Amino acid sequence: MGSQAKTPLRIGGGAGFAGDRLEPALILVERGEIDYLILECLAERTVAIAQKDKLADPTRGYDGMLLRRMEMLLPAIAKRGVRIVTNAGAANPQAGAEAVAALARRLGLRLKIAAVLGDDVLAQITPDMMLDDGRRIRDLGELVSANAYLGAEALLQGLRTGADLVISGRVADPSLALAPLMHHYGWRGDDWRMMGRGTAIGHLLECGGQLTGGYFAEPGKKDVPDLAHLGFPYADVWADGRAIFGKAPQTGGRISLATTKEQLLYEVLDPSAYLTPDSSADFTSVALRDLGGDRVELSEGGGQTRPTHLKVSVGYRAGFIGEGEISYAGPGAEARARLAGDIVRERIGSEFDELRVDLIGADSTHGRFYGNRPEAYEARLRVAGRARDAATAARVGEEVEALYCNGPAAGGGARKHVREIIGVASTFIPRERVPSHCITIEA
Amino acid sequence: MRRLHDIAHARTGDKGDTLTLSIFAYRPEDFLRLCDTATVARMKHHLQGIVAGEITRYELPRLDGLHFVCRQALKGGVNTSLALDTHGKSLSYAALSLPLEE
Repeated sequence: MGSQAKTPLRIGGGAGFAGDRLEPALILVERGEIDYLILECLAERTVAIAQKDKLADPTRGYDGMLLRRMEMLLPAIAKRGVRIVTNAGAANPQAGAEAVAALARRLGLRLKIAAVLGDDVLAQITPDMMLDDGRRIRDLGELVSANAYLGAEALLQGLRTGADLVISGRVADPSLALAPLMHHYGWRGDDWRMMGRGTAIGHLLECGGQLTGGYFAEPGKKDVPDLAHLGFPYADVWADGRAIFGKAPQTGGRISLATTKEQLLYEVLDPSAYLTPDSSADFTSVALRDLGGDRVELSEGGGQTRPTHLKVSVGYRAGFIGEGEISYAGPGAEARARLAGDIVRERIGSEFDELRVDLIGADSTHGRFYGNRPEAYEARLRVAGRARDAATAARVGEEVEALYCNGPAAGGGARKHVREIIGVASTFIPRERVPSHCITIEA
Repeated sequence: MRRLHDIAHARTGDKGDTLTLSIFAYRPEDFLRLCDTATVARMKHHLQGIVAGEITRYELPRLDGLHFVCRQALKGGVNTSLALDTHGKSLSYAALSLPLEE
């Protein structure tokens, strides 16, 4: 009762991955009456890829969509006094902050931007360090990047400068929301119960539309209205950590117990001990209640002492993957596609450690059939192989394309491509060896 | 034949080569049925060829759900796997194909 008397803090989740849609965040700012907007834009390997950009050009290495997002959002946040917290700095938060400041000046806006630094720990990585899968650093290829997961306290330094935009590189995703809560309510970093509750809230918000009906809908069973205009979520959070999740008005999507439960456990290992730099959060003691009208309440929940070590994502060069695809349709489609796959394997299989042959439309995703096997009208052959160099990897697509003239009857629509792979492995580092700091830039 | 799909919904996530899989009963009264159907032994058998490592099951009665952590399930993980669905995003529906324990 007491906690309901005061106005809650409203945090919007405006992006759930690097390539996420732009408009939902703008709708949250313009119509969602939010205080803070968090933008999660960094998958595990995104930093490693950005690090390659930074090596090529020291003024780059931040998220490729950062400036497009900011061009859309900055005028709106300046008008409404919304503050943004984002990890879109990727491998180069300082360059990202400078680029956003330049953009703000061009737009005629006066904004303060804080860059949170210190997650880059590549200089501290040694060959004998253990990985979480039992291997050692020396077992990987050439290292590209090593970034420790910073936590909410690192972002808090940025918020305390009064910055309108706090931009970091690698931080734990839920910390993006926990930091504004700590800043607003004065929650202490060693108040494990509140750290756990705030982590649950951040975890639910950080994937954007995955809380509001994205990655959820199944026609006839799990219907979601107007998914084309999927609205992104916000949380109203009170001082005791109770939260009500909702979504931007006049948008599509749905928040229900079902969407919330699915997202609560998404990418979680032990639900009673979800480890972040901020806490060991307990999601098993969380209580969820459907309030109707696309509103779900989260209460209770808690946490224990945070880990002594920070997780470090290590990016390394892992060679190249070449792929080729070609379609067969009509009577005997599958038999012709399987023959085509056998031919490619016989022609180039010995050049690759691993060559994968799939039939799209048949068994490419689960590797088998569950239930009655339908007869496919068409089948698309896909062959993929990994190689040390791009030229060898390209052989896969070349041989698939050559099936036009050298394979079974009536193969069509061949496509081929090659991409460099950056592998990602995980290790750990004592937190005291990862000091973070922040710098501010005025636009 | 009735399947988990008739009584439950599911979502998968990935952490390196580990697949996380949560399955929830639509109706609280089906939670025990879900627990009886989706045992670790049955899931291991059902997902053979997909999950090569250990499967750990967590029970979440407050959510009417089960949570599975499946090791060595993603052919090395999202970055280096040759599979089409490197994240295992589609695997929730492989799990929901499990026949119900009648």
